[in-house]
Amino acid sequence: MKNLIKEFTKGIIKENPTFVLALGLCPTLAVSVSVANAIGMGVAATFVLLGSSVIVSLVRDFIPGKIRIPCFIVIIATFVTITELCLKAYSPVLNRALGIYVPLIVVNCIVLGRAEAFACKNSLLKSFFDGLGMGVGFTLALILISAIREFLGSGQLLGHTLIKGFEPVFVLGMPSGALLVIGLLLGFFNFLKNRKT
Amino acid sequence: MNPAQLLGIFISSVFIYNVILSRFLGLCPFVAISKETRQALAMSGAVTFVITASCAVTWLIYRFLLLPFNLAYLRTLSFVLVIAALVQLIEMIIRKISPALYRAFGIYLTLITTNCAVLGAAVLNIDMFFIGDKAVAGSFYYSVFQGACMGLGYTLAMLLMSGIRERLELCNVPKPLKDFPLAFIIASILSLSFMGFSGFKF
Repeated sequence: MKNLIKEFTKGIIKENPTFVLALGLCPTLAVSVSVANAIGMGVAATFVLLGSSVIVSLVRDFIPGKIRIPCFIVIIATFVTITELCLKAYSPVLNRALGIYVPLIVVNCIVLGRAEAFACKNSLLKSFFDGLGMGVGFTLALILISAIREFLGSGQLLGHTLIKGFEPVFVLGMPSGALLVIGLLLGFFNFLKNRKT
Repeated sequence: MNPAQLLGIFISSVFIYNVILSRFLGLCPFVAISKETRQALAMSGAVTFVITASCAVTWLIYRFLLLPFNLAYLRTLSFVLVIAALVQLIEMIIRKISPALYRAFGIYLTLITTNCAVLGAAVLNIDMFFIGDKAVAGSFYYSVFQGACMGLGYTLAMLLMSGIRERLELCNVPKPLKDFPLAFIIASILSLSFMGFSGFKF
């Protein structure tokens, strides 16, 4: 039990996919304009991570080593397609906002990375918690970035105006702002890491 | 085909919606391989080549295989696999035809398999040039052209970035900002200057 909790929490802080491993940055930057989009993207990616981790760990003994990557890609693409269809059916607004970044979860390095580095070597339960932890870590990172961008870029959080008369920094809502925020955040986390050691 | 539209596609995909600086596709190699101009050039050459080829192939597959059999929902799955196979094929062909070019592209070709710019370009073309499951007139040429232009945009961003980073090599940068964080901050300033092409919307 303790082990499982460790697998879960490591994805959130110690091996956070975005800030520590610097994986899967494309969707992170593109959808972090608003917190609502970030949560949608985070949940979608978590679902794909969880599903593919579970299936990969279930079939890991049957897949020949040489063709494992294409097999993983097929499994991941299946879950991405499920996500895509569900989003289209139940939340067309979110689907439009996320646009091409939903199908692009397939090539997100976090998902394939976890399948290759963890799920194909570990048991079902462990992989489940690993996938969940990584997904939650990714979602939290997305929420952090998008909260900074949405608050400073438009003075709002989740669509609600927080401070009246706040003069927003428009640039943070644009692509250039995303790159700036992630650069400074990565630098900040490096600073914390250096201080600890 | 309409020359004005081609010009529009060129300007919008090279400058306004630059693959890297505005759409954030293919960021990993952009940050990782942009320290040296030579390597950056080889990588972007490989990317341009593969994007153009994959746009043509994925368009054909979507139009003649997926649509007639009502399999449009298999788009993501089939595109990923086709691109992976295509990259392998291109690698084999280049190795056979031109060993010099193969040495220049080298490992970068294999890396492209999971480059989101390639899949992104294919999906974007399908979204743009198919309206209600019908191909727009001349959409094949537009797709391939847009793919090539996105590759050009990639090359442009890559060259700018590697040029700047080569200059910064010997500068005294605060330790926590070294490498990745600094690369993102440079990219942010580049992206800011590219916004001049679309204008600021307030």
